[in-house]
Amino acid sequence: MAKHHIAFTVNGDPVETLCETEETLLDVLRNGLGLTGTKEGCGTGDCGACSVILDGRLVCSCLVLGVEANGKSVETIEGMARGDELHPLQRKFLEHAALQCGICTPGFLVAAKALLDRNPNPTETEVRYWLAGNLCRCTGYDKIVRAVLDAAAEMRRA
Amino acid sequence: MRYEAPETLEAAVTLLANEPGEARVLAGGTDLLVQLKTDIIAPQLLVDIKRIAELREVKREAGGFRIGAAVTGAELKEHPELKTVWPGVVEAANLIGSTQVQGRATLGGNLCNASPAADSVPALIAAGARVTVVGPNGRRDLPVENVVLGPRRLALEKGEFVVSFFLPPRPPRSADAYLRFIPRTEMDIAVVGAGVNLTLNEEGKVTAARVGLGAVAARPLLVPEAAEALVGSSLEDQALARFEEAVRSACQPIDDKRGTREFRIKVAGVMARRAALKAYERARSR
Repeated sequence: MAKHHIAFTVNGDPVETLCETEETLLDVLRNGLGLTGTKEGCGTGDCGACSVILDGRLVCSCLVLGVEANGKSVETIEGMARGDELHPLQRKFLEHAALQCGICTPGFLVAAKALLDRNPNPTETEVRYWLAGNLCRCTGYDKIVRAVLDAAAEMRRA
Repeated sequence: MRYEAPETLEAAVTLLANEPGEARVLAGGTDLLVQLKTDIIAPQLLVDIKRIAELREVKREAGGFRIGAAVTGAELKEHPELKTVWPGVVEAANLIGSTQVQGRATLGGNLCNASPAADSVPALIAAGARVTVVGPNGRRDLPVENVVLGPRRLALEKGEFVVSFFLPPRPPRSADAYLRFIPRTEMDIAVVGAGVNLTLNEEGKVTAARVGLGAVAARPLLVPEAAEALVGSSLEDQALARFEEAVRSACQPIDDKRGTREFRIKVAGVMARRAALKAYERARSR
């Protein structure tokens, strides 16, 4: 079976690559395109470390086939900062020490961005439910939730 | 493994019917990709049905709603009318997995994964949903409770797949509710699930009821005996006691790590009672 030729956009830039049917979007991003900011945790959609935004929807890239991304738009952690200027969520994660080992962090940031894109003023409960599909084994979540709420407040003032 | 993403029903049927090996339908993929990765299935062909327009839309039809099999949980939640008319169906679909999973998971996939514990299925059974299936012999409709035969077994022929769900028109003072028991607050598989759909008269008496149960038998169940216990009542204690008894009598659960047989039977009555009361309150406020 020949490989699939797929073309889509990543953080606004058009990309083209080849993939096997079995390869997930996560495999394509990391191995095909060298975008290793998106992490693999469980590989079965339970942990959220591989979160990306696909045509405006937050998804686990381990639960999407690479070939399914053909013609679509993908947003990853690599698209969050503008050059050297961190996204407010990234800055607030640092300020609140909302990460330790860091493996879950790109997924949390992408998921939190997807929330704030839809709802600029979420309650703490809304943040916790929205991020329930992102697992962190280091922080105990409180610092992450505070960082997201603080970033949302700052972005509303901007 | 080949991958095809046809844009018409006919093309999808042809691909599925003509595959000599194992073919699988890919909707949201939240169960299918896990089963591929863990070698539970090893098909020769995947047919992605998400590029077929009819499967991706929710529309009004004959006073009811027609929901495409590949509409996601997130899209159901965002639909302007659906949650108002069918709150139980939407809350059941939205209980499946995380935000990320909701962005992909579909009603068609939840049904055709054929798990006894699927959350949306008891709610769809209670709603009286009919499923439209297409295959080599054309289209046919069947009640949603007749689709799943047992774990991983469907009443579909080779080449057939689910196109859409039809939720019937609502009489006044009708509402539904779905509740499940899980040992955590979120993100888990139902130990017991219960969907109840009620229609009331002007005096607040139940004139029609449907009850669906999940995770208490080899497949999701329609329980007409439980529904009958509610008809004519205003959910007084006596009626609810008969209702709970009918629910428990219908349960034939297994013992597993999520719950014992005894526990599931007990909790099924409790969940169904609470779902009935919730549906009743919703229906009364209309």
